[in-house]
Amino acid sequence: MSNLLERWVPKVVLAPTFVAVLIFVYGFIGWTAWISLTKSKIMPRYEIDGFDQYTKLFATPRWDTAMNNLYLFGGLFIVISMVLGLMLAIFLDQKIRTEGVIRTIYLYPMALSMIVTGTAWKWILNPQHGIEAMVQGWGFAGFRFDWLVNPDMAIYTIVLAGVWQSSGFVMALFLAGLRSVDGEIIKAAQVDGIPNWRIYTAIIIPSMAPIFLSAFIVLSHLAIKSFDLVVALTGGGPGYATDLPATYMYAMAFSRGNLGQAASSAMIMMAVVFAIVVPYLYSELRAKHD
Amino acid sequence: MTIKHVIAASSAMALLAFPAVAEPTAEVLHWWTSGGEAKSVAVLQEQFKERGGVWTDMPVAGGGGDAAMTALRARVLSGNPPTAVQLKGPAIQEWYEEGVLADISDVAEEQHWGDVLPAQIAEHMKCDGHWCAAPVNVHRVNWIWGNKKILDDNGIAMPTTWEEFNAAAEKLKAAGITPLAHGGQAWQDATVFETVVLGMGGPEFYQKALVDLDMDALGSDTMIKVFDEMRVLRGFVDENYPGRDWNLATAMVMNGEAAFQIMGDWAKGEFLAAGKKPGVDFTCAATPGHGFLYNVDSFAMFDVGDDADKVAGQKLLAELIVAPSFQETFNLNKGSIPVRTDVSLDKFDDCAKLSSKDMNADAKDGSLLPSYAHGMALRGEPAGAITDVVTAHFNSDMTSEEAVKQLQDAVANAM
Repeated sequence: MSNLLERWVPKVVLAPTFVAVLIFVYGFIGWTAWISLTKSKIMPRYEIDGFDQYTKLFATPRWDTAMNNLYLFGGLFIVISMVLGLMLAIFLDQKIRTEGVIRTIYLYPMALSMIVTGTAWKWILNPQHGIEAMVQGWGFAGFRFDWLVNPDMAIYTIVLAGVWQSSGFVMALFLAGLRSVDGEIIKAAQVDGIPNWRIYTAIIIPSMAPIFLSAFIVLSHLAIKSFDLVVALTGGGPGYATDLPATYMYAMAFSRGNLGQAASSAMIMMAVVFAIVVPYLYSELRAKHD
Repeated sequence: MTIKHVIAASSAMALLAFPAVAEPTAEVLHWWTSGGEAKSVAVLQEQFKERGGVWTDMPVAGGGGDAAMTALRARVLSGNPPTAVQLKGPAIQEWYEEGVLADISDVAEEQHWGDVLPAQIAEHMKCDGHWCAAPVNVHRVNWIWGNKKILDDNGIAMPTTWEEFNAAAEKLKAAGITPLAHGGQAWQDATVFETVVLGMGGPEFYQKALVDLDMDALGSDTMIKVFDEMRVLRGFVDENYPGRDWNLATAMVMNGEAAFQIMGDWAKGEFLAAGKKPGVDFTCAATPGHGFLYNVDSFAMFDVGDDADKVAGQKLLAELIVAPSFQETFNLNKGSIPVRTDVSLDKFDDCAKLSSKDMNADAKDGSLLPSYAHGMALRGEPAGAITDVVTAHFNSDMTSEEAVKQLQDAVANAM
């Protein structure tokens, strides 16, 4: 009897979540893939029509802008957040007295929602009310900081706000990583008279490789699904200069009544995620297998 | 008396109190939730209740109707659509093609809608020849609003051609005043664009380019000139325009920070709400050129099946919406003009009277045209494709030739 329970209880308990995930994640991925092959407009239609939506998608300059923005924003956001986060973590690791307070201060932006971050930065960067106006008020009349309203620079304001939000979190990740490195090795290195920077570059950082991978995965999925930050900070503008794939998809699905086109852009977004996650999963699973 | 008797007696009473006549019920999905708009829709609600109806309000705010459309999709997919939905222009036809709209021709004919509505506008309310929607109001889109004091101080009259406008704007710029208040949001860029198309190309060109999507018109020299003018206008806008809301741009004209704004007559509501008087504090005029671009709000009636209460409610609602008394009160609140041509305009301001006069005149010579920027002329996909090009051109240093080429490609791609 107890044997039977042991065998069945876990399965019964897991079954509802399993079914839910099956339907609401994989089922709907399938549904979206299907819709992306149809001519759906305001309502879903189910007659398969081929790859028209994808052809249209790739012929749309706005989609090109969105994808280029994703690469630019994603690349800079991930690299800068990781470098900044690592530097902050290393500085905090110097056994300073107020570490607890400083760590909390750096981690706090993470507690804000992206909408709040976006709105705050929108005010800070607004040329008429923010930094530009302030510095000009100090007497530097020629000072210009108009990234927010400059179509060529606006995407970098999103990087700025995103990095501000996330680097503290990356710092916490790295700090945990730094602390997990075996103290004995570091002591041995110090006894041998190896300079501090060498200890970091040659011993500590290489032994944190898994943390780098986790940070990269977390940041890259944040970058790909970025939506609220753009909506709050620039609204996709000026023009559509700061559109990202997620805002493009939203515009197609909900403002323009073009479900087929929205579905095809969602599928491409998923492909980008897969391109990052699949190699990661592969390496993880293989590592366990060995 | 036992409990049983009490129940029997009270249920008999209940039957007496509610005779077996249909009780009109209507569930109305709309996104009129802000100040003046909410007041306007409350008027309809009251009139509906006075006639014995049961009104279920379903306001869905957010995203300029996007959120409401999402709610509508969910309701239609679940087979339980609302009675009436705030929809307009070609979107009505799109929903009709999904086979979910009702036929309200009997009400329309009983109330002689065909005789009192301008033919162009009536056409939007029909699905395959029968009536399926009730129009609420007419907004004119091609207005230019001016700060009276600034214009007088600088000796500028309201421009009647785009050359005059450019000359006036140069003068203002030299005097240190921002000539044009504008908010850099895609729909506002598109609003300015369509008035320039109408002004520089004329009504016929507008019809060909933005309604019929004629490739030759879209690629013509006239269109290149239109984009040239957009580039000139870009120079008349202050640096800080991206993302600005339209009502903030209106406030700039009000406060004397800017001289002109090109915006539909909902901007008038902002002036009036701030206690400004037409002709004294601000002036209204049609944008340079000839024609009338309309933006008509309406309620599409959804198929509610055989439910007698709902069908009765739908008919009552349609009747009330187009009836003169509601048309007057609603439009006084909202800043637009009645869609009926036979409603007295005594209580309306001069801008509204001008709008109504122009509508009646332009209806006759074919220059009463649907606004593309406000979803009256085109379906979502081609309209969005055009807006993308317009806003990309306005917010970059793209040449007019390149813009025209992109415009043709975008429209072809969206077909």
